[in-house]
Amino acid sequence: MFSSSAFGPSRLGRALALGLPALLTIGALVLAWEAYVRFSGLSQTVLPAPTTVAAQAFAQRAALWANAVPTLQATGAGFALSLCCALAFSMIIDFVPMMRRVLFPVFIVFQTLPLVAIAPLIVLWFGFGLGPKIGLVALVTFFPMLVALVQGYGSTEREIEALLRSMGAGRLRVFLLARLPSALPYFFAGLRISITYAVVAAIFAEYSGAARGLGIYILNAKNSFRPDLVLSAVMVSAVLTLCLFALVAAIERLAMPWRHIHKEPTS
Amino acid sequence: MSGVLLELDRLAMGFGDLAVIEEITMHLARGEFVSILGPSGSGKSTLFKLLLGEHRPASGTIALAGGGDRRSAFAYMPQRDALMAWRRIIDNITLGLELAGMSRRTARRKVVPMLGRFGLEGFERSYPDQLSGGMRQRAALLRTIVQDRPILLLDEPFGALDALTRMQMQGFLEGLWTQNRWSSLLITHDVREAVLLSDRIYVLSARPGRVIGEFDVALDRPRIGSAGLAAAASAIEAQILDLLLNTNPDAKDIVS
Repeated sequence: MFSSSAFGPSRLGRALALGLPALLTIGALVLAWEAYVRFSGLSQTVLPAPTTVAAQAFAQRAALWANAVPTLQATGAGFALSLCCALAFSMIIDFVPMMRRVLFPVFIVFQTLPLVAIAPLIVLWFGFGLGPKIGLVALVTFFPMLVALVQGYGSTEREIEALLRSMGAGRLRVFLLARLPSALPYFFAGLRISITYAVVAAIFAEYSGAARGLGIYILNAKNSFRPDLVLSAVMVSAVLTLCLFALVAAIERLAMPWRHIHKEPTS
Repeated sequence: MSGVLLELDRLAMGFGDLAVIEEITMHLARGEFVSILGPSGSGKSTLFKLLLGEHRPASGTIALAGGGDRRSAFAYMPQRDALMAWRRIIDNITLGLELAGMSRRTARRKVVPMLGRFGLEGFERSYPDQLSGGMRQRAALLRTIVQDRPILLLDEPFGALDALTRMQMQGFLEGLWTQNRWSSLLITHDVREAVLLSDRIYVLSARPGRVIGEFDVALDRPRIGSAGLAAAASAIEAQILDLLLNTNPDAKDIVS
């Protein structure tokens, strides 16, 4: 039986203690930035102080939120598409090893396409709607997850597979019972990398042409010489990414309970 | 001993030019415990892979009594424990039953009464990483025997355990085996383990693996912890060690 401390208050305390150094570092950076703007005499139209950015973000909260929603939609939908593709292609590669040599070069080429060049083209071809944004997010986040999954399948203990076969399991059973669960830790490592790219990719896609979204908001703010608003939107995107990252971490814990247990015998 | 259950006839196998085993002929009778003893690299695990159909022999035959189906003849216990970290202990143990088509409920009902005998009661919902090495090994052994297959294949089941736990596990296995008399093949490189557990021992040479000796161990059971048998067991051990250590693997004319 499990000890109930897995969700007790000591864990909350530990999580806070773990987060403290990061919070202190960010706090120190913001303080240094504020002090630099105050004492260098630099115009706030060139480099606004963090307090100005925060005040503007608050004043513009309705507009920022209205523009964050389509960005989040593009991120979520693009990521979901990417996830499905990564799973499907990783399985194809796992079941037909020859496909690895067929598909990997193509994916690597896609991964190395400069976003600066490809995003405006995709918008040009597919228009200002949600579709091209979803596609770009998927394009950017797909490869790390695919590589993680393929490597994860390969990490399966051979003896577990031999055991399953001795029990009469076929290829699909071996995949579902052993290879897929073995790949989960790798998959989540790839997922954590991908999710940090996802919001940036969505913003970039919007930057190349959109009706609404943080990307277009940033573009407009830049064109009106409002660095404070640009940075407000950047702040929102950073918070979004952090939230998505935390969400992935939470899902990871739920999906792999065996990785988060006390290692010594219980009860 | 009633009749022969499994018979290997001049089995040979290699990878490319590398011969791994050569002309291995051996048999296992019903209810018999037979060990395959040899240095590392003597092809012991390859022999099991051949029985399990993981590899194909280059030549020779594997025959089951009554022409039984090889795919459902063996309950295999791999080296280390091969427990799945992501399945709870109970689900690891019922794995073979579920793969054989038994419902999870029925499989659990069959396994739960045996947990106590294996010292796993109260740990059925734990994950393997929460258990000690000995407990993991007992869970792996239980997973093997609940399959109710005609022959147990035990591939160095205790090789990764510390010396004390290994001795406890050997005693545990001896006790279980004495009650159940499963037809068993055990791979080991531990001479004492082979002598304590086996009715018969085949000794293999270094690669390419060949049978260089066969020993009957006609000692009473239980043997583990029996002071009266220590001398006799030591004598057999000495004979086997002498054979293993003084055999020139390159010599072509080895006499067992």
